[in-house]
Amino acid sequence: MDNWKDFRKVFFTLMTPGTFWMLFFFVVPMGFLFVLSFSSKAIVNGETSILDYNYFSTITNYVDAAGSSYLVLLGRAVLWSAIATVVSLLLAYPLAFAVCFSSPKWRPILLLLLILPFWINLLIRTYALIQVMRTNGFLNQALGFFHLPQTDILFGTSAVIMGLVYVYLPFMVLPLYSTIEKLDKSYLEASLDLGASQPRTFWSVTLPLTMPGVITGIILVFIPCLGSFLTSDLLGGPNNWMIGNAIQNQFGEANNWPFGAALSFILMYATFFVLFVRAMLTRRSKGVDA
Amino acid sequence: MTEPIVSIRNVSKRFSGGVMAVDNVSIDIAQNEFFALLGPSGCGKTTLLRMISGLDSPTQGQIMIGGEDMAFTPPNLRPTNMVFQSYAVFPHMTVMDNVSYGLRVTGVAADEAKRRTLEALEMVKLEHLAERKPDQMSGGQRQRVALARALVKRPKVLLLDEPLSALDAKLRDGMRLELTRLQETVGITFIIVTHDQDEALSMATRIAVMDKGAVQQIATPAELYEQPRTRFVADFIGKVNLIEAAVLGQKGKTANCMAVGLGKIAVGTDKTCGDKATIAIRPEKLKLSTAEPKGPSLIKAKATIRDVAYYGDTSHVVADIADGQHLDINVQNNSRVGGSGFDRGQKLWVSFDPQDALLLTE
Repeated sequence: MDNWKDFRKVFFTLMTPGTFWMLFFFVVPMGFLFVLSFSSKAIVNGETSILDYNYFSTITNYVDAAGSSYLVLLGRAVLWSAIATVVSLLLAYPLAFAVCFSSPKWRPILLLLLILPFWINLLIRTYALIQVMRTNGFLNQALGFFHLPQTDILFGTSAVIMGLVYVYLPFMVLPLYSTIEKLDKSYLEASLDLGASQPRTFWSVTLPLTMPGVITGIILVFIPCLGSFLTSDLLGGPNNWMIGNAIQNQFGEANNWPFGAALSFILMYATFFVLFVRAMLTRRSKGVDA
Repeated sequence: MTEPIVSIRNVSKRFSGGVMAVDNVSIDIAQNEFFALLGPSGCGKTTLLRMISGLDSPTQGQIMIGGEDMAFTPPNLRPTNMVFQSYAVFPHMTVMDNVSYGLRVTGVAADEAKRRTLEALEMVKLEHLAERKPDQMSGGQRQRVALARALVKRPKVLLLDEPLSALDAKLRDGMRLELTRLQETVGITFIIVTHDQDEALSMATRIAVMDKGAVQQIATPAELYEQPRTRFVADFIGKVNLIEAAVLGQKGKTANCMAVGLGKIAVGTDKTCGDKATIAIRPEKLKLSTAEPKGPSLIKAKATIRDVAYYGDTSHVVADIADGQHLDINVQNNSRVGGSGFDRGQKLWVSFDPQDALLLTE
């Protein structure tokens, strides 16, 4: 292939629009939010201004955000997202395997079924979930039909986690599917042929070789879960807020953008921290393997 | 034959979708044989190998290894190990871990596993690369890892699926010799699957030629070449002239035939022929001469050279005889001057000893 350096002008021409797009729609607004998180609303003529800020005037937003009530919301978001991610992984791995081993005739249909929910608005799907989970919902009707005890999960922790798993499950299945599909099945056969049992083959060969898909899936599920607010708002109610709900509230009803910005950045740092821990863990496990 | 190490009895494999991959195959393979399953792609040879390993199971029939029926033995409990066509060397493990894998998963003590692994690596001359990962190795080296990984288990039977097909030509010749040497050193029965007749002829002690799921002939390399039982085998192993003939009558071991382009000839056979047969004769067994060849029993015909292809040591001549029949003839270039000495359009005689011709009825 030709070296891109031989076509510098073409290269720069082609990459300029995308670069500017990212610059104006991502870097600049994020920079503005970053500045805002260290600012306070300006007082003009004795009244709090709507548009003017005293830039870089304070760190009280961060001090407030680090208060226990918000740390609880953050901790809850991390914990629930982690649970939702683990549950998704456990559900998705067999699903992805099943799709991979299904006949070529069925595979596109199964994949289509998997991404079908994306075609429907999240809000509608979440309201539909309420119909399933509410006291006289389909779940309890079904339980009642089999004479099983009724549950009252709506507006509880489990409802939020179930909702998160439902929304983000496809994001776990798809990367897993793509790595399992690419996995050369003769590795598994070789392991069996060398005397390993099926479970041993799974732990020593299948899982390590599909790890890239597992990690991608974890990232694709965990990070959006952390910042989600719609699911916890509709299925969890006011007592089950996550950090995303607090951020939405500050930018919306409370109309306190500087404080909302501070919360957003704390969430972002938490995300980076989790990714950092994950990177450290994989590096250490690699050291053990070798 | 003493008790066979592998006994395949009336084995058939029908895949879902109805394709008959292997059709009623019976083969006995003796201890310490270097056995080849040879055939064109899709002839069922790999499926048969996979059924011996346990990775596929027969629809019908029985596979015995070491006198035991393997019907309910999964691949991880069979005394066979396989070298896969793609080698299937685990990319996430070092060479050392790859080779010791089969010992570790079956609970062989760590120090013994290490000793045997090093031994196996030494056998395939890879001891200096023990800590390498597969992606830092050449195809030939990865194949040695696959070999060591299978041999370290000391299987009763080593199965090799097209082991040389992914190597370049030069490596392939070296590896061929090495496989033969290894087989003699370790004294394990080797079963190799290949579509390459040269590979099978040069390495194997016996060969089963397969076509469309069925075994055509099981014989030593020399027998296969000189005594092919069917048209398919004659055609698949080496080059051959196949000449259609009508059988006029048979007296004991001689059949009188009317062959296309050759006229009335008598050919020896130990089979009872119907009224149609095929005469097979190898190109190197035909002779070209300018003068009419003399000899009481020689079969001869007038020929016109259509084409001459020069290959250095030999030349391949295509000559037209009567009835639109043509013959392929191999000529040794024994003299440094004058090439093959034959020219396109030249008219001369082609002849052969009827002993060198074979009458095929299947």
